[in-house]
Amino acid sequence: MGDVRDLPELYVRLVAARIRAQLQYRASFAMETFGTLLVSFIDFVAILVIFANVPQLGSWSMPEVALLYGISGLAFAITDLILGHLDDFPRLVRDGNFDLLLVRPRGTLFQILTGDFQLRRLGKATGGLIVLAYAFSQLNVAWDPGRVIVLVLAIPAATAIFASVWIATICVAFWAVEGREASNAFSYGGQFLAQFPINIYDTWLRRFLAYLFPVAFVAYFPALYILAKPDPLGLPDWLRFMSPLVAALALVVAGRVWAIGVRHYQSAGG
Amino acid sequence: MPIIEVEHVEKEFTVRRPLGRLRRERVRVRAVVDLTFAIERASIVGYIGPNGAGKSTTVKMLTGILVPTRGRISVAGLVPTRQRMRLAGKIGVMFGQRVQLWWDLPLVESFDLLRHVYRVPADRHRENLLRFRDLLELDPFLNTPVRQLSLGQRIRGELTAAMLHDPEIVFLDEPTIGLDVIAKQRVREFLLQANRDRGVTVLLTTHDLADIERLCSRVLILDRGRLIYDGDVPSLKSRFGKERVLVVDLEETAPPLRLAGARVVRVEGPRQWIAFDGDRTSAAELTGAVAAQAPLRDLTVEEPEIEDVVRRIYEEQPE
Amino acid sequence: MPLAESLSLDLAMARVGFGRYAAYPIASAAGIFTNVVFGLMRGSILLALFAQRERIGAYDASATLTYVWLTQGLLNVVAMWGWQDLAIRVRTGDIATDLIRPIHPLRAALAADYGRAAYQLLVRAVPPILVGIVIFRTSLPPSPVAWLAFAVSLTLAIAVSLGFRFVYNVAAFWTTDHRGAMILALVVMSVFSGFTIPIQFFPPWLAAIASATPFPSMIQTPVDVWIGALSGSSLVGALVAQLAWAAALLGLSYGLFARGTRRLVIQGG
Repeated sequence: MGDVRDLPELYVRLVAARIRAQLQYRASFAMETFGTLLVSFIDFVAILVIFANVPQLGSWSMPEVALLYGISGLAFAITDLILGHLDDFPRLVRDGNFDLLLVRPRGTLFQILTGDFQLRRLGKATGGLIVLAYAFSQLNVAWDPGRVIVLVLAIPAATAIFASVWIATICVAFWAVEGREASNAFSYGGQFLAQFPINIYDTWLRRFLAYLFPVAFVAYFPALYILAKPDPLGLPDWLRFMSPLVAALALVVAGRVWAIGVRHYQSAGG
Repeated sequence: MPIIEVEHVEKEFTVRRPLGRLRRERVRVRAVVDLTFAIERASIVGYIGPNGAGKSTTVKMLTGILVPTRGRISVAGLVPTRQRMRLAGKIGVMFGQRVQLWWDLPLVESFDLLRHVYRVPADRHRENLLRFRDLLELDPFLNTPVRQLSLGQRIRGELTAAMLHDPEIVFLDEPTIGLDVIAKQRVREFLLQANRDRGVTVLLTTHDLADIERLCSRVLILDRGRLIYDGDVPSLKSRFGKERVLVVDLEETAPPLRLAGARVVRVEGPRQWIAFDGDRTSAAELTGAVAAQAPLRDLTVEEPEIEDVVRRIYEEQPE
Repeated sequence: MPLAESLSLDLAMARVGFGRYAAYPIASAAGIFTNVVFGLMRGSILLALFAQRERIGAYDASATLTYVWLTQGLLNVVAMWGWQDLAIRVRTGDIATDLIRPIHPLRAALAADYGRAAYQLLVRAVPPILVGIVIFRTSLPPSPVAWLAFAVSLTLAIAVSLGFRFVYNVAAFWTTDHRGAMILALVVMSVFSGFTIPIQFFPPWLAAIASATPFPSMIQTPVDVWIGALSGSSLVGALVAQLAWAAALLGLSYGLFARGTRRLVIQGG
């Protein structure tokens, strides 16, 4: 694996170089940032419309769902900022440019993440933040140190879960480049799922998407704790603290899947 | 001890071939067959062969991009695929058509980022860059974004990028393709100097025989995955590449010329192709002989193509 | 140009549009998979509403499921995720070569888009709709007349969608940033077409705004025709509205394109 101590510094250096290049085109940069901000609100419009028809959704009130949306929206925006350009990586495989990453003394994933960082994706994070602020303004949360810690850990944990799902599923491109859209079902799909209380989903959809791709740990369990809400599913309380652990596990699994993908590329020749 | 050792290496790929309208069959294709060779430190070796011969597959195995199906490879004392990232710090790679530099950043910024990617100490980097700026005359475009560089300028930038971290070995894929004569010459001189001063080992694939002649002490020729020639350039040329072709445009259409030590192989209107043995007759002598027979308007000398040489070698191979 | 010759040109353009997508079967399979997974999630979420209410507008639980699986199928047919072929041709200057062809670029785009839509309908729309029918017992159009009306409505929906897409692509003549324009367009289209959530679920004031735009003509109208929410005079009215929007947007496209190319000629790109 080699020495990794200088990776954070190198990350900053490479990403800063990308940002410098992008700021050369300020006008289009501003427009696209605004566009991605609006995109992040589309699903929230659906939530507003739903609550115009019903007072509750699966025993969750509108501000409570807004909390789910805020946590998952913010975390997904951060994920998208860090590795949204992973969606372009199948093109590297198809064109053979993935080879170039293999002859440098750094990890392939690291090089991809620093390769085409897009600052305009920051717009999305703003949307999540606004909804999160709205949720807390409507909810009477009995803040205590425990709740603050759970919330503060929930965002990076959710980001790590989204990132893991994204990395692990985009690996389909190592075997079938044209099949990359299938990963959207889990990356973007996972975010879509996490915006709503998971108790409204069919049992098997919940088992598959919420636990196997651990989307339930993104917002649902941390939100239950912050709201001191009884779990409509009646699951054990300790699950509410498991998000960081599940996230760490997910990252390890994703790293393994990526390594297997690279091994396959190396034997099949892309 | 050789810096590159390849022993009985093979690479197989599975490809899917259409079989009728819907069905497909899986076929195993051997891209490289029982390859064995060794390269000594500080040599410049040409690795040539027609397209699809297995050249780039070999280079990919040597650099750790591809895992060999069978056999053993050692490069700079490392096993490429198992110690890929460590090896990456000791080698430099330039794939002719692929851009390694940051497309929208000034050249000098790419170099600075690479310094950190390869963990090159600052003073060492400064010293190397100064040398490359001088040798490859980079100064006029050092602050130009890479996307605005001409091909020749970009190749010089890519070469610098491949060698800034003092690699022990550089793998170059068609380093002079598409360059004009002066730019080609500059690149060749640069490689010779790097080899002489720093003892850099160079393995280059090329279609340009002049590259081979000016640079390489040794050539390996590959055809259909097999090594069919391993030796020095003069004996390769004397065996296979000595026939050159003089193309003359006469003032008027004429019957095929009769010339001592040469023969007309093709006639098209006033243009005639005259094949001659480069060892025995010089182009100048032959030109004189032609001019004595018919008024001459223009002429060129065609060097033997590497493909021709390879084809001739292949024809000599026992089936 | 004689009519027959001109129609065969249209057909050739359509075939090209069809073939462009048919070349990637694995990509289509992956896309279908994703559409189906999203269908499962959207279905679950919207059904949760009907735990508390019998019906919302013309939609009960069963009609809502039909809506979900139908929209999952149709979203590619009406190119919900955008199209920037024309904008890219304008940016690169390739549009100049389109101008000397014997077919107007708008007509060529429309013909090619019907080819594309035909492929998406056969390959991308049918599987999710079948999943809905087989697994979730979603309904089919109730009568032969409804089938016919759906076919007409979908045909018009594609024209409305292309007209709209052409307009935001033509913006590339005036701005260096067509991507920004496209993203904004997609946001509006996604919400007001009724794709994100049925327009019947909107509060009245928002539904009124949506109804004043061409967007429902792209998704909501064909879906409402399929589930039988429109019939008699309301059906005729909806189809006439689609026709009017198609004519208006294609007319606008034509006019803007003419101005854009004039600008191109005067300024030399």
